[in-house]
Amino acid sequence: MEQIIANGLYLGAQYALIALGLTLIFSLMNVLNFAHGQMYVFGGFVTYTVVVQLGLPFIVGLFASAIVLAIMGAAIEKFLFAPVIRRSKRDESTMLLAAGIAFFLDAVILLAFGEKQRGVPKIVNGVFNWDMRIIMPYDRILIGVLAILLIVVFIGFMNYSRTGRAMRALAQDKMAAQLMGVNVARYSMIGFALGAMLAGLVGGLLVTITGVNLGMGGPTSVKAFLMIMIGGAGVISGAIAGGFILGMMESVGLTVLSAYGDITYLVIFATLMVFLAVRPQGLMGKPWG
Amino acid sequence: MHKRTFLKFSALAAATVLSMPLMAHAENATLKIGFVGVTSGPAAAWGISNQRSMETRAAWLNELGGVKIGDKTYNIQIVPFDDQKDPKRAIAGMEKMAQDGVHYVVGPNVDDGAAAVRPVAEQNGIMYFPYAFPKELFTAPASNAILGMVANYQSGPAIYKYLKENKGVKKVAFVAANESDPLSQRESGIAAAQALDLEVVSGNVTYQVDTTDFTPVLLPVIQASPDLLVLSGVSPANAPQLIRSARELGYTGFISTETGQDATVLQEGAGELAEGFISVGGASTPELASDTMKEFVDRYTKMFGEYNDESNTKVYALEYIIETLKANPAAIDNVEEYKKTMDTFEAANPFMKGDAKLKYVGMTSFGQKRQVSVPLVVNEFKGGKFETLFVGQVD
Repeated sequence: MEQIIANGLYLGAQYALIALGLTLIFSLMNVLNFAHGQMYVFGGFVTYTVVVQLGLPFIVGLFASAIVLAIMGAAIEKFLFAPVIRRSKRDESTMLLAAGIAFFLDAVILLAFGEKQRGVPKIVNGVFNWDMRIIMPYDRILIGVLAILLIVVFIGFMNYSRTGRAMRALAQDKMAAQLMGVNVARYSMIGFALGAMLAGLVGGLLVTITGVNLGMGGPTSVKAFLMIMIGGAGVISGAIAGGFILGMMESVGLTVLSAYGDITYLVIFATLMVFLAVRPQGLMGKPWG
Repeated sequence: MHKRTFLKFSALAAATVLSMPLMAHAENATLKIGFVGVTSGPAAAWGISNQRSMETRAAWLNELGGVKIGDKTYNIQIVPFDDQKDPKRAIAGMEKMAQDGVHYVVGPNVDDGAAAVRPVAEQNGIMYFPYAFPKELFTAPASNAILGMVANYQSGPAIYKYLKENKGVKKVAFVAANESDPLSQRESGIAAAQALDLEVVSGNVTYQVDTTDFTPVLLPVIQASPDLLVLSGVSPANAPQLIRSARELGYTGFISTETGQDATVLQEGAGELAEGFISVGGASTPELASDTMKEFVDRYTKMFGEYNDESNTKVYALEYIIETLKANPAAIDNVEEYKKTMDTFEAANPFMKGDAKLKYVGMTSFGQKRQVSVPLVVNEFKGGKFETLFVGQVD
């Protein structure tokens, strides 16, 4: 049981961090960023290139991922999403744009980084073993702690910084925020860049554990959407809760249900369907959006 | 003025010289060889290594002036199609090949895709070389599919037998992705292990291909204390993570798979934790590789930046097609002629040292010759590269 909880917490921390960026972008711009998984993959490949190809320290790779993805996110918002949102009132326009960006990034990743699975050597060696009750490699513990730390920093930034407060105001009521002098275009761009940066950071963190490959983007996006549906789309605390709930469900399911074959995700999806039928806005979302 | 005239003449001379090989090649007819397989997504490495092997070899042969088949000389043109590991797309790809007048296709890479394209191939006179193992594709009445590698039900028993006799393995566990290929490979692996009187201590644990943390997946498997953990049909993307998780959970037994893997990917993803990992390789071990094989690796690396060890096997399909067509030029647009030639076909194997032959095999497994003969090389991962554990042959 201890091992199941430890696995669930580790998975939950990494999932929550993935979902944060997605829900931030959704809350600010009402955009379902289908390219979020590809941004995560891109971040992983940037860290891989810096650490393995260029031989620089891991922390440099992590910073490089954050910076590259932040610039990419800002550019995507400024030159693609902002014009589309300005010209089109239809939600599906941004959805199609996001899907197009996902395909585009897949192609760029294939051309730039190749088709192979890539990985960064372990940043910490050794395995924590508590009397065979909890077995957890030290690098996973480190990444889990870093993920939780990043979540705390992000929450602090959103609550106590001027930029964070402006973005929260924008998410709550765009019109009112604009009337109070919040520069919508600027903070939308910052928000998108921050969301993309978070995706890049998670990619950079996890490339040391799970590696990264071309095909990880789509499934990562699906899981991220799953998390924000559980927690409530556009709500930061909801994304964190959704991440931890999904991580725990996966950990419990894979252990308890393993004797019955691969039915963990079947059970998760079935549970989610029932849950959304009862509470379509998710755990912490508001029924009015 | 003189300088300008000199430059004009130089440019003209350069253009003439550069266009001469093109003119020579332009006189050649074109032989289109198709590829339908997965070149995107998590299993992209399988198909891309196929496509790039074909493109490397085709460019090399074209550079040498083309391939003489009967009275005509042909330039080889590779026609690729990404089926995205989706059977519906594979059918669309095979239909495209038929529309383009292609009679010889390499791929698909997986079981369901290979099974799906069978009617299209048979109706349109296409021979295809899948990297998929369902026996019904290669046994009569089917006759258009030729297995492009060694199947898991051929390599698996050889590996288990070796480990049982030489390493004292008694208990085996199987883990597979929840997809048709790995699941069918797991079933045949379990049957092979049981036939060798090995105890299967875990045989029903599966995982999603997009799993990022295999610790919870492997926990119940490791608790069953197997001597050998078989990663059935594992893709190169998942193998390092599975190995790493198993070792981090304290597993010290053997780990093996019957699929081809890439040494760099294993080294990057699992490092020293992958030491001793056993997998099926190709024909370019230092003991087996000929100078032609070494040059192929060099050319591949120059064209695409990085070699893929899976190409050690994937280099063969195009060679078999070309050499069989040379043996019977009437087969160039008539696959029935090709089939007639297969039973007696034999040619020198350019990729292996010594007097190795290209020939079709498969009588024991399929009752007819519907498999390319490539050496069954079983590798062990040591010090960041593969070392040959043993070499066998399929008949």
